[in-house]
Parts: sequence; structure tokens; C-alpha cells
Amino acid sequence: MKVLVPVKRVVDYNVKVRVKSDGTGVDIANVKMSMNPFDEIAVEEAMRLKEGGKATEVIAVSCGVTQCQETLRTAMAIGADRAILAETDADLQPLAVAKLLKAIADKEQPQLIILGKQAIDDDCNQTGQMLAALLGWPQATFASKLVIEDGKAIVTREVDGGLETLSLTLPAIVTTDLRLNEPRYVTLPNIMKAKKKTLDVMTLDALGVDVAPRLKTLKVTEPAKRTAGTMVPDVATLVAKLRNEAKVI
Amino acid sequence: MAALVIAEHDNGSLKASTAHTITAAARCSDEIHVLIAGHACDAAAAAAAQLAGVSKVLVAEGEQFAIGLAENVAEQALALAASYSHILAPATAYGKNILPRVAARLDVGQISEITKVESPDTFERPIYAGNAIATVQSVDAIKVITVRATGFDAAGTGGSAAIEKISAVADAGTSAFVSRELAKSDRPELTAAKVIVSGGRGMGSAENFAILEPLADKLGAAMGASRAAVDAGYVPNDWQVGQTGKIVAPQLYIAVGISGAIQHLAGMKDSKTIVAINKDPEAPIFSVADYGLVGDLFDAVPALVKELG
Repeated sequence: MKVLVPVKRVVDYNVKVRVKSDGTGVDIANVKMSMNPFDEIAVEEAMRLKEGGKATEVIAVSCGVTQCQETLRTAMAIGADRAILAETDADLQPLAVAKLLKAIADKEQPQLIILGKQAIDDDCNQTGQMLAALLGWPQATFASKLVIEDGKAIVTREVDGGLETLSLTLPAIVTTDLRLNEPRYVTLPNIMKAKKKTLDVMTLDALGVDVAPRLKTLKVTEPAKRTAGTMVPDVATLVAKLRNEAKVI
Repeated sequence: MAALVIAEHDNGSLKASTAHTITAAARCSDEIHVLIAGHACDAAAAAAAQLAGVSKVLVAEGEQFAIGLAENVAEQALALAASYSHILAPATAYGKNILPRVAARLDVGQISEITKVESPDTFERPIYAGNAIATVQSVDAIKVITVRATGFDAAGTGGSAAIEKISAVADAGTSAFVSRELAKSDRPELTAAKVIVSGGRGMGSAENFAILEPLADKLGAAMGASRAAVDAGYVPNDWQVGQTGKIVAPQLYIAVGISGAIQHLAGMKDSKTIVAINKDPEAPIFSVADYGLVGDLFDAVPALVKELG
């Protein structure tokens, strides 16, 4: 079984982004970029399927600028066998990414595609579900457990109020939640090995996909700041303030 | 044209998130229809018909909708989509699962987790864990939108919309329900609670979370947690408040032993009043708290319960 794992290059989760003063976006010049953390979990899960004898090949895919090759090398250092980059400088929104991934899936014919549930930059939480709809495949989003048996994916999902388990016919889409696994550390020998693995770069023309944005960003602003509160010396003062000042109890 | 709201429900009742979504829909269109795709869902449909501002409730009835499988609910929404200018769903695990399927099949972009409607095609939504707010304009004919409940008040009741049965789409047949383990609790739902008592890594263990229960009991509060506490296995995943967990905005949020990582603040900083109890005076949680108490939570929490009387 072939497994496809799309990965996104995003601002590292430790970076606190700053809104540009002209309100056109956030300043990402010279900030550290990394693989989206949920995608790292996706790559790790694919590797566990391969190590458990369920998957035969793991292919990492990314869409975006040339530097996404670094993200794909990281995926291959975790263990992916090869990688594909749909290269473009265009601003890619989730629908465009889903269309690019569909074009690649049509070509590669994977049985399973594992994606992160959301990217920590645009916080959209759309691409996996959109890709499932475009391919006409079933989906299990927000997965905390994945088992492949008898040609089915048995997936436990984190839903509001608890957990839900679904059985999906393959081919299928799974999106990862935080508790699915803990990604391994990438070792230096594996980074060296990853440099020798195949990374194919494709153009948007070759994939025949229209990536025109559907949302125009009119402006980006700082969120309203909370005004600094007061420190209270003891519990009695706290309760008095909640009763008489905030009037919330 | 009218707006269609995909209702979140459990057949027997409507989830509070639906009422908040109705308010957002009312800012997009003068006419609101609600889709209830469910099984034995008369009670949920009746509740939707009572929401103020709803003019029609469309009920698609069938076993294939019993647990809200995304494939089937999305297909049902698609069968109706052409008559609407807006299709909205709550930005909960339910709505987030379904709506992008609808958007992709309509070949339109989705606007996720809106917190404000500026005009019927322009919306505000947080990005980068709420560290920036983007104002976006959709160029698509049909706007497909998930709504963050904390950005909109719940629609009131007192309406009496017509309830209309519509023909149900067939089961997609590619995914099936196996089981569900829902936490049983007498406490209010986290996203609908007026008061939330939340614990973090500072709680130290699953057993220690019990110290928060009398406080939650006293305040009629829901219980939440930071990602650190969930990852440590102290409490179940559905307690998680934050960027990738639940987004809450209660009247009172009491953060106990929570340091205040950016991704946690993203989930609760719109609360009306925030109280932080932490032994570290430098903890970032104090920068968003209205009232901060530096001290050992194992002394402060029981003292707080006692003081509340």
C-alpha cells in the first residue's frame, strides 16, 4: 500500500509573528520556518505503517516555493521514501492545494493519504476534507488512533465530547490530531540519507491546476489587547473583586 | 438569496453552537433556512424551528445521518446548495469535518472560523493562533463559512419556522460508524459554559485534578485543561482549550496552574473575566488575567472554595 503525506512549510510554532505595520500581512521575512507540527505527526504515522508492514512506500508531497524542498528533506529524514514538490510562488489557498494534491494522487494512486488536521499559520482546517471530497473518498479527521486491517482503515477521532471510531473503505483520507503519536527525532545519519533520496519538482502547468485565490485579504491587524489586570494578595480579595467589581459570581 | 445553516445536533437536541451560527447567518442574509440531517430527529428540528430569525427548517431523515457522517451530511447540503448565497456551519469538530467537503465540491473557497461579518462577502477571522486578525473578502458566488461561536451571541427563541421534510440522499457507503465513547458529565458543555475552571501542568497528576471539582461544583462551571495537561494524560482530550482544541469565551475563566502558552491563550483570551492562579509570578498567563493570584494552587483552590461559602 502506497501512502501519500502532504506537508506544509510554515512559520515555526515557537515564533511569535508580528503584524506588518502597513496591515498587508504578517512579517515572515527572516523568521524560522519548519514543517507544520500536525504534518510531522502525519509523516510519523505513515512511517509506523511502513515499519508495521502495512505500507510499502511513503511519499511526501508539498506545494509552494522552492524552499519547501527543505521541508520535504525533513520528511525524508523522518523516513519518507521519496518526495514531490508542486512548485509555485503563488499564494496557495486550501482549495488550490487540495486540487494540486488530487492531481498528484491521480498519478500516484495511493491507498491512503494522511494530512495534518490544520496548518498553524492560516488555521484553516480544510485541505484534507477538501481533498477527500474532490477524490470522492471517505475521511476520518482529527485522528488519535489509526489501524489498517482487512482493507479498511479503523480510525478513532477526537470529537467534541469524547472519541468516535469509524471504519473507512480504502482508499481514504485521514487527518491527524495531536495525540496520534509522538514524532521521532531526526538523526544526522538520516538527514544525510535523505539528501540522496529522489525529490521530483513539478510545475503547476504540468499538473493542469488553476490555483487562483478565492479569498482576498483586505487587511491584517493586531488583535485587541487585554488591558493588564491587577494582582490580588489573597483569596478573600479575589472573591470580593469577582463579586463587586467584575460581578461575575 | 437565503442563507443555509447546517445544524449541529444529536437528533434529540440542538447544540448551542447552532444558535450562535444563526446569528452570523442573520448578518449575511435576511432569510435563514436550517438543515437538520438526522435520524429520529424531530426534537432537534422542533428546537431549530423555535430559533428567532429562522424561516424554514429542512429535515432530511435517515439512518445514514444518525451520527453525522461527513460524507452523507455534505452530500445532503450539496443537494440544496444551488439555492443559497451562504452556507454556514459551526466551527466545531462537527462543522469543520463536513463543510470543506461542501466547499470543494462547489469549487469555492471556505472561510474558516469567522468572528465577525463585515458585509455579506467580507469577514474577520483570526490567523496564527489569534495573533493576527485577517479581514477577507470572498470572490465566490456561494460563501461557505464556519462560524466561531464565541464571536456571535446565541440567537434567541420564540420563532415558529415551518418544518419541511426533504428527500434524503443515499448513504455514501464508504465509511461506517464503529463506536463512540462520550464522556458523561453533569457539568455544562465547555463551549457553552458561563464559568470554566481549567487546570494545567501545574496540577501535577490526574488525581490532583479532583481538587478543582469542588470549585467547579460551587460555580456551576465546566472543566477545561491546557494542552500540557491533556498530553500528560491528566484529563481527556475533549477538555483541551486552545488553538487546536476548543475556543471558549465564558463570563469567568479560572486558570489554575496554567503557564499561558500562546496556543492556550488563543483559546480563552476572549473570556470576559480571567482569573489566574499560579505559583510563578512570571507566568505569561498573568499578562492576560484580570485578577492574578500568586501562590500554591493546593492552598489557594480549597481556600477559594471555602471563601465562596
